Amino acid sequence: MAKRPKGAIIGIGELKPVRYSEGKTTLGLIAESVQLALTDAGITKDEIDGLLVGPQVGETPQHVPATVSEYLGLSPIMSNTVDLGGATGAGMVWRAAAAIEAGMCETVVCVLANKNEKGQAPRSPNRNPIREFDVPFGASGANTSYALLKREHMEVYGSKQEDFASIAYWARKNALKNPKAIFYDKPVELEDILQSPMISDPLRLLEIVMPCAGGAAVIVTSEEKAKQAKHKPVYLKGAGEKITHRAVSQAPATDQLPFAYSIPQALQQAEIDGKDLDLLSLYDCYTNVVAVQLESMGICKPGKFGDFVRSHTFGPDGDYPLNTHGGQLGFGQADLAGGMSHVIEAVVQLRGEGKRRQIPGARHALVTGNGATLSETTALVLGGEQ
Amino acid sequence: MTNISFPEPTITAVSKPFWDKVAEKQFYLQQCDDCAQWVFYPRAHCPHCFGSHLTWKEASGQGKLKSWSMVHRTGHPAWQERTPYAVGIVELAEGPSLLTHLLINEQELHYQLPVEISFQSLNERLLPFFQKKGD
Repeated sequence: MAKRPKGAIIGIGELKPVRYSEGKTTLGLIAESVQLALTDAGITKDEIDGLLVGPQVGETPQHVPATVSEYLGLSPIMSNTVDLGGATGAGMVWRAAAAIEAGMCETVVCVLANKNEKGQAPRSPNRNPIREFDVPFGASGANTSYALLKREHMEVYGSKQEDFASIAYWARKNALKNPKAIFYDKPVELEDILQSPMISDPLRLLEIVMPCAGGAAVIVTSEEKAKQAKHKPVYLKGAGEKITHRAVSQAPATDQLPFAYSIPQALQQAEIDGKDLDLLSLYDCYTNVVAVQLESMGICKPGKFGDFVRSHTFGPDGDYPLNTHGGQLGFGQADLAGGMSHVIEAVVQLRGEGKRRQIPGARHALVTGNGATLSETTALVLGGEQ
Repeated sequence: MTNISFPEPTITAVSKPFWDKVAEKQFYLQQCDDCAQWVFYPRAHCPHCFGSHLTWKEASGQGKLKSWSMVHRTGHPAWQERTPYAVGIVELAEGPSLLTHLLINEQELHYQLPVEISFQSLNERLLPFFQKKGD
């Protein structure tokens, strides 16, 4: 068996994303998410001795673990802030396992949540190189950064708008089977995506996640303790991570983006081939992010994303089930908690609790996270058996 | 919305020579004395060899277009009245890439298009925008 951090997920809790969360605080949403995860795991908070949190921009910029511990009434013997943007959720899972394996704690709660209030678009207080060298030229925010990455993919590989639109199409189609998804009852056709308003060319509105409020928590424990768990544990079989840059202008070439390392690393640790995965739970803040990942995992050659999406199906009964919860494109993105939705869907599927969207006999899932501008990447292989 | 101003560069002690030269319509980049690689954005150390001897030198202001986007909805309200406009990533002749505003018609934008620097005033500050080579 290849070396890997060992641990198991025994509890999950996820709030239904809502567009706006009037009257809520991020700390309050964190508490709600942790309560749900504890209930699901069938344990009390006294059994939690580790805490991983994200950076809560605006509300608690510093001392986040202490603030959250105090709010929840926890006294963890291992705690940290994980700050990897959309890769934070997946990044927490292997860090929790590594801390458990190192003997620093036994049961870790990993939690992310975000409020979203109408008319409160926060202006970043950043004073980093992006603020100095991108923003003054008219390039503010993630949409333009990902548009530049998408354009490069189209130019280098000849990928087409229809290819990218089909990623959003499958996400929205899968969301129709998930009552928690923000677009549960809002079907769209491929043509609707191709005709949606241009935001930052070549990215259209329906290729971009909807910002939401929400929260998600998972509880990770030792493989030993997981044997007594209420639900079937979901095991960490492999993990990979790589960070290469921050600003889009500093990104490596399309075929050398960091997923080209992190995904193969996770698959190698798990000793599994990309073709043998039952679920691809791939981070999808934008359609082109999925293209890069499919090309990084050995099931689709670099540049062949277009051919791949045209010749496969991606629903729960398809040959490559992809983001069966709707992905963030269909489920909604509650800031960093959106990344955790990919972890939670993998647990749901591997437990066999997917109901209408259950993948028959799901045993292995690839879960990924992506932050900044395809710069912070994490990949996990989760499995239903030890 | 009219009194929202364009976001100005947040200049640091390390990057100040870059902006001082831009204010004189000159384009200077750092080059590493140890490994000869050019560096952008400005740093205190070379990210290639981690040497700490970087020298400001005049750069060509020439490059090729690596990617671009016509922005229709901006992330900053001050820029919204200018939409649609083009931003892009230019791979400079010296090696590093930078993000910039493009003074190029949408129909003329294409991959690897040769481009050159064009200093433009915004908020009474000069900024290094890029245009099609020879325009």
